[in-house]
This record gives sequence, C-alpha cells and structure tokens, in this order.
Amino acid sequence: MATDVETLAIRADTRRRWALALPAVTIIGLFSILPLGVVVVYSFLTPGDYGNVKWVFSLDGWFQVLFERDIFDDTVSLSDAHLTILGRSVALSLATTLITLILGVPTAWFIATRPAGQRAFWLFLITIPFWTNLLVRTIAVQEMIRNEGIFNRLFQWLGLIDDPIPMMFTNFAILLGMAYVFLPLMVLPVYAAIERFDFRLAEAGYDLYASRVYCLRKVVLPQVKAGIIAGSILVFVPSLGAYVTPRIMGGGKTMMLGNLIETQFGQGRNWPLGAALSLALTALVLVALVWYTRLTTKERRNG
Amino acid sequence: MARRSFDIRRLPGAATLAITCFVILYIPLVILVVNSLNAGKAINVWEGISLRWYATALQNEGFLNAASTSLILAATAALVATVTATMAALATTRSKGFRGEGTINLVLNQPLMVPEIVLAIALLIILAQVKQVTGYTGLWYLIIAHSAFCIPFAYMPVRARLQGMDLTLETAASDLYASRFYTFRKVTLPLLAPAVLAGFMLAFVVSLDDVVISEFLKSPGQDTLPTYLLGQLRRNLTSEIYAISSLLLLISVLIVAGSWLLTRKKT
Repeated sequence: MATDVETLAIRADTRRRWALALPAVTIIGLFSILPLGVVVVYSFLTPGDYGNVKWVFSLDGWFQVLFERDIFDDTVSLSDAHLTILGRSVALSLATTLITLILGVPTAWFIATRPAGQRAFWLFLITIPFWTNLLVRTIAVQEMIRNEGIFNRLFQWLGLIDDPIPMMFTNFAILLGMAYVFLPLMVLPVYAAIERFDFRLAEAGYDLYASRVYCLRKVVLPQVKAGIIAGSILVFVPSLGAYVTPRIMGGGKTMMLGNLIETQFGQGRNWPLGAALSLALTALVLVALVWYTRLTTKERRNG
Repeated sequence: MARRSFDIRRLPGAATLAITCFVILYIPLVILVVNSLNAGKAINVWEGISLRWYATALQNEGFLNAASTSLILAATAALVATVTATMAALATTRSKGFRGEGTINLVLNQPLMVPEIVLAIALLIILAQVKQVTGYTGLWYLIIAHSAFCIPFAYMPVRARLQGMDLTLETAASDLYASRFYTFRKVTLPLLAPAVLAGFMLAFVVSLDDVVISEFLKSPGQDTLPTYLLGQLRRNLTSEIYAISSLLLLISVLIVAGSWLLTRKKT
C-alpha cells in the first residue's frame, strides 16, 4: 500500500514538473526543433523548378555538398567551389580562435591579477564590446580597412603608399572582422578560470624550486585549462557558423559556409543542397561541442 | 633571498599584450563615434564636430519605426522567454531526478547547439508557408522565434540560482501552513528575483542583438534596428549609419553600466 501511495506521489510530481516546463519546451519545439526536422526532410528531396522542393526522394542534395557531376559526360568530381568554402570556413575559424587565444589569454591574466577593486573596471571594458551589437562592431572594423578607411588614409598621409591597398572582401578582412568581434568571448571564460586559481599554489611550486615556465605549465595550466578550452569553443563555434561578419567583410565574393547556405535558398536555387549544407554545418558544430563536453567531464573525473 | 620577490602574477609581456588588446577593442569604436560626429556631408572629409547626423537619424521615420519594433520585440520576447524559462527552471531543479529531466534540459539548451544561420533558414522554410496559409504577417512570428532562442539565456541564471538556494525557508513556510502558491509568491520568488531580472536582461540584449533570424523572418516593410542598418549598408556608407551605430553602442554602454551598478550595490 505504502509503495502505491509513493508511486502516485512520484507520478504527480513528474506530471507537475512537466506541466511547468511545457510552455518553454513547446516554444522551442515548434520554433527550433520542428524547423530543423523540416530541414532534414528537405535535404532528401528534389529541387523545385523555381526554388522550393518537389516531393521526390533524392540523395542529390547530400551528394552535391562535396561532389559535382559534369553536365556533359556525367563524370563525378569533387566540387572545388564547395571545398574551397568549407576549407576557408574551417581555416578562418581556427585562425580566429588562435588570434583570440594569443590576445585574450594574456588579457584575462592581466585582469585577474589586478587588485580586486580594479578588476571590475577592466571587466567592464571587456563587457561593453561584448554586449555591443555584432553588426555595429563589424561596421567599426570595416571602417578601419576599407579603401578610404583609417589605415589607408594614414598610410597615404605618411607617404608610405600612393594608392590605397584593397583589404576589404578578402580572407584577411573576414579573419580580422571575426577576431575582433569574437575576442571578448575568449577573455571572459579564461578570466573566470584564472580568477578562481589560488596563486599560493604557484608560490608553493616556486618555493620548491620550480622554474617560472615549469610552474606555469605544471601548476597554473592544469587549473585554467578548462577555461581556455571553453573560450576556444565559444569562439570556434560561432566563427564556423558566422554569417553577418563574412557577409560584410567578404562582400559576397569571399564566402563562408553560412553565406553559401543562404545563396542556396534564393529563387530558382537548390533548396535540398542548402538543407544538406545546413545539416553538415550543424554536424561540424556538434562534433566540436561533443568533443568539448567529453573533455570537460573527463577533466572533472580526473581532478 | 632574492627569490622571495618572485611573483608569478607579473608575467613579462602579459600587460603589454593586454593593453594592446584593449586598444584594439576600442580604437574602431572610438573612430566610429568620431565619424558619426562629422559635420560634413561626405564621410571621408572631416568638417568639424556636429550632432546633425543624430538629428537626421532621429527625424528619419524608417529608423524610428525600426527602433520601436526592436524595443517591442526585445521586451516581449524577453518577457515570454523569462516567464517560461523560470517555470522550466522550477521544474528541473530541486528534485531527486524525474522521468524526462534529461530530455527537458536537452530541449531547453537545443537552440544554443545550432548555428544561427541554420535556425534562420529552417524557420524561413516553415514560416514562409505559414504566412501564405494564414495571411498574418505581423510581429508575432519574430516574437516567438526570438523567445525560442532567448529561453536558454534566461534559463541559465535562474536555474543556477535555484540550485544554490536553501530549501529551509520554504520548508518553514509550509510548516506554518502556507499554501504552495503563497510560499512561492512570498518566499521563493523574492529570493529568485535577482536571477530572474538577470535572465530577462540577458534575453533582452540577445534579442536586440539578433541580426540573422530577424533578417530572414521579417515580413516586407518590417525592420528591426539591426536589419534596418544592414539594409542601409547595402547602399553607401553615410554619416547617418555611423550615428545610428553609435546610438546602438550607447544603448549597450548604458545596459552594461546599469547592470554593473545594480550588482555593485549588493556586494
């Protein structure tokens, strides 16, 4: 009897909890999960004549992510255009992560080692760009490197160059833009990790005749590694799926995956290919996230 | 003992790189604001300081409409996201584990796992058809879509707060025959309020910041501030664009400063 009452109580509790969570779950289900399901279905259909799809099963969308078929002799070859964009997306995202690491980690270190009263001020300086609209920050970088921008005008004024150096609409422009807009995303988690670090541990290591480098590598690094990994993921993931910054800095000529996906959804374009590309991008992001979760849970178990 | 003076906190080069980092972060923003103050008509010729482009922007109907749409959208979406996320956080915390807990958590974090452009395209495919069938082209599509990707941001702080909260007070209240709802209203909610407010502000800024999803889902003639700015960028750069960008920058500064002051008072 007692167990029955208990089971009933547990059931009632579960029902109550589901009811409470239901509105949020419904909103995300209808406006995030369901649309993704539709994208999965669309990636296996045939492109319509004027955009959209025909309800005929086909694997061509997925096939065209990496390959193309010659119109005349039906030979299959790797799609150069797609591979270039895929390679660029991965390479630029890795480079963005690297640049933000080089600048962001020392910055986080610097803030975390200020006297406690000053830290809030330096953090404030990082949070302002962090909360400023991405588009506004992209416009600000663009202003630096466009043909009549600050750099070119400065160099011309100094007499270093006669004609402006065209920097916009290149890989360099996209990289610069992404490194600039994602830099705060690196600083904040690394700061959080260093701030938690007990510097007495490093002193203890040093008292035991560890060299400065050895101390950093063996005492500090293991403790702040989680923050550095978190920062890298936080920069890498949005870089890979970036759309706005490459669109402005790359100007439609130099595209990343996000821009390639968009171009597939215009009138008379290939929607199933766009759907397959979207899912490929999502898969890349998920691989990075799963790798991250496994790494952090392993860390937690070991330490 | 010279070794005593060792301080690992002073790493050679760290301060230099950090200052470089701050300079890199701020120079473009400063130049943007300076450009917005140019009195001249041409953006590349400096003709002295003036606020005329701010005046132009504030008389520009397109900008004003976009600004009010953005505010209504961000406020409503943040409200919907915060209320539903708080309910969900109450559901998933302080239990010994229940059937479907993992599923709910996974669903609530799902929008964070998908690139924005993919979500935008996915929503576009569905909503284009819904718009055709229903004929409704109003703001509610954007409001619910924004709520969906704002929920994880509102959920995180509330959940963290609930996990760290002591159950003693609530137990005391129910021991004194307070009803469940009365306990929630008089005990739980006041304790939870700072986290709910933080969640609301996060959601508000995240919604205000969104470019991609708004750009793909907006009906013709509908514009939020970011999509309006993006549309203007397609034409030529003007000082007015710089003025509008600077206004957006000012909003972020005010929000960050406001939340900074709020949290400072307490500690």
